[in-house]
Amino acid sequence: MAQGSSKAGAKSRERDVFSGTPTPSSTKRTGRRVYMVAGGVTKFAKAHPDMDFRLMCKKAFDKARSEVPNLRMDDIDGTRISYFSDHFSRQLKAASMVQDFLGLNPRGSVRIEWGGATGGECFQAAWEAIASGRMDTCLAVGYETMSRVQTWKGNEFIALASDVNFDFPLGGFYTGYYALMVTRHIYEYVRKTKFANIKDEREAQRKATEYASRVMAMVSVKNHRNALHNPYAQYPKDLTLDAVLKSEMVSYPITREDICTMSDGAAATILCTEEKAKEFTDNPILVKGVGCGTDTMRLADRPFGKVLLMPHEKASDYANLEYPGVHSFRAGRAASIEAYRHAGIENPNKELSFVELHDAYASSEIQTYEDMGLCRYGEGYSFVEQGDPFLKGVDYGFPVPKAGTTPVNPSGGLIACGHPVGATGLMQAVLAYWQLQHTIGKNFGSEKLQIPNAKRGAIHSHAGTGSSVTVSILERVRP
Amino acid sequence: MSTPGSVKGASGTNNNEGGKGKMGGKKELKRTSKFTEVQEALGKDGAAIFVDKKGTQNLYIDYPYHVNYIHSYAQDSPFFLGLAEGRLRGTRCEGCKYTYATPRTYCQFCGGEAKWVDLPLVGKVHSWTTCHYGSEAFLKETPYNLVIVEFEGANSVLLSRLKGCTEQDIYVGMPLVAKFAAEPKYLITDVWFEPAPGAVKK
Ligand SMILES: [Zn+2]
Repeated sequence: MAQGSSKAGAKSRERDVFSGTPTPSSTKRTGRRVYMVAGGVTKFAKAHPDMDFRLMCKKAFDKARSEVPNLRMDDIDGTRISYFSDHFSRQLKAASMVQDFLGLNPRGSVRIEWGGATGGECFQAAWEAIASGRMDTCLAVGYETMSRVQTWKGNEFIALASDVNFDFPLGGFYTGYYALMVTRHIYEYVRKTKFANIKDEREAQRKATEYASRVMAMVSVKNHRNALHNPYAQYPKDLTLDAVLKSEMVSYPITREDICTMSDGAAATILCTEEKAKEFTDNPILVKGVGCGTDTMRLADRPFGKVLLMPHEKASDYANLEYPGVHSFRAGRAASIEAYRHAGIENPNKELSFVELHDAYASSEIQTYEDMGLCRYGEGYSFVEQGDPFLKGVDYGFPVPKAGTTPVNPSGGLIACGHPVGATGLMQAVLAYWQLQHTIGKNFGSEKLQIPNAKRGAIHSHAGTGSSVTVSILERVRP
Repeated sequence: MSTPGSVKGASGTNNNEGGKGKMGGKKELKRTSKFTEVQEALGKDGAAIFVDKKGTQNLYIDYPYHVNYIHSYAQDSPFFLGLAEGRLRGTRCEGCKYTYATPRTYCQFCGGEAKWVDLPLVGKVHSWTTCHYGSEAFLKETPYNLVIVEFEGANSVLLSRLKGCTEQDIYVGMPLVAKFAAEPKYLITDVWFEPAPGAVKK
């Protein structure tokens, strides 16, 4: 047994049950086909002093409506409204005030909250409303106003989304939790492989972390530089690897530039049936698959079991891996498996044109490549070094030989776009929608981020320390 | 809970009823186009005006909120009472032969009741970090180390603080010993870990 691995592994191998069994049956999918026909976002910003949450939602909604002039207010059957924390707006039942402000009473509506995955969950709630036959057209709109408290107080509010008995009082700080996770990820996948020949444990781990930090910095540079061409992004930056590595250490080994910021912003999407979609647009986007997964609230409760396999993987690939432990996101894996199965995807890296994923940290972007099956577990760092998740035609200041294979966060992701929690997952839907419509040029004023012939994209929304994750697959309909 | 709008100088007499311009007894509000200055002014005056690019005035107020919760540890109580006695208690599901180092009173695999067990007071670093920042409640304690501890004979792990060493000393696999607060505060911080004797290289 490798050093640093306890009896945990030995015991857990006695029973497979510890890895959980998310095996959604494909026969469950009998619902109606659901299309996205419009999307709108406000610019994400540190603060929008001139707009409260209601007006931000209104602006995002009106932007979405402007894309579909044939859609009248009467066409909207109801809404799903998302925001994460009542603490930030100091207003309970704020979703009712959004519904009210948009002039959508007395239609049906419900507020969605699911931590960091709030926006992604809201999108899927709207999908369900259509697929089930309950509505023909549904608005999903979400927001967060995080500027309403001081930054470190905001961090505290977010940390209250960790177990307040066992986790929060230790120093409740999400960057700290993610640093714990990536430290183990580096140990499993870098220390044990690339630096296996170094005898001194401390030295080997420091070398492994130095290597991994550089790869995390590459992800940060990618997302910040992509965002230079996205006018909705909060923090576009012409960063260099060196600048990321030298930025302030927040929680070892995660630096300031590896982390998303707090934001104000709103996003809206309109989903409907095929029949309605034909009335509204000649360029609808099909929501081809949805998936959702969960894991324990506390990191410390995660099992050390077996990997949930995707069709392109074999159990023997991971014979010695204890999974998920604290290094991988089983919820992201489960959500991906469900969504891919629903959409008929067998090899995501080959079949997806791009991915917009929840990069709250550069580290979690790398972990998520593996959870989503874009590469195997353990290959996240080399996936970056080879250049797979980079865009062709954007200068990153270092070579990216396989750029364009599966661009990840072409928009700039959370790290550079910002993360107004309740809007974030919906923002991803809007940006993916424009990618698949091939209207990035029109919406961004530049074709730079348009992925040529984008056919199918995945959006990934992630909460807590990975306690809930949604993955949705969007597909272009027009040839 | 307190009420909003505790604008200093805003209450009291106002002899300038209906008048415009200088308000008797009222303090001029800070007007600024810098968001950080709004935050500073709120601390002092309780209100401020942010003037945006269009020249529109956006009124901000300080809006305090404070709650003392009547928080029960309920079924987790034996763990926290144990810390006060210098005991580290986990739980075990006999059906699954699974020991939880962070106690769960019901097993996450079979749903059966798990029994309280004592954990060893020594362990190893499973993962760790040093926090140079924290959320507001913990900023003053920075830098502090967080550690995930693994124990011989336990299947799951425990999140704790790691003291008595610095960022340079710590590594995955480092042997640890548990320490307990002499005066319990009945918080998870009543227990923490330190490097086992000899674990820190001189
Ligand atoms: Zn059990």
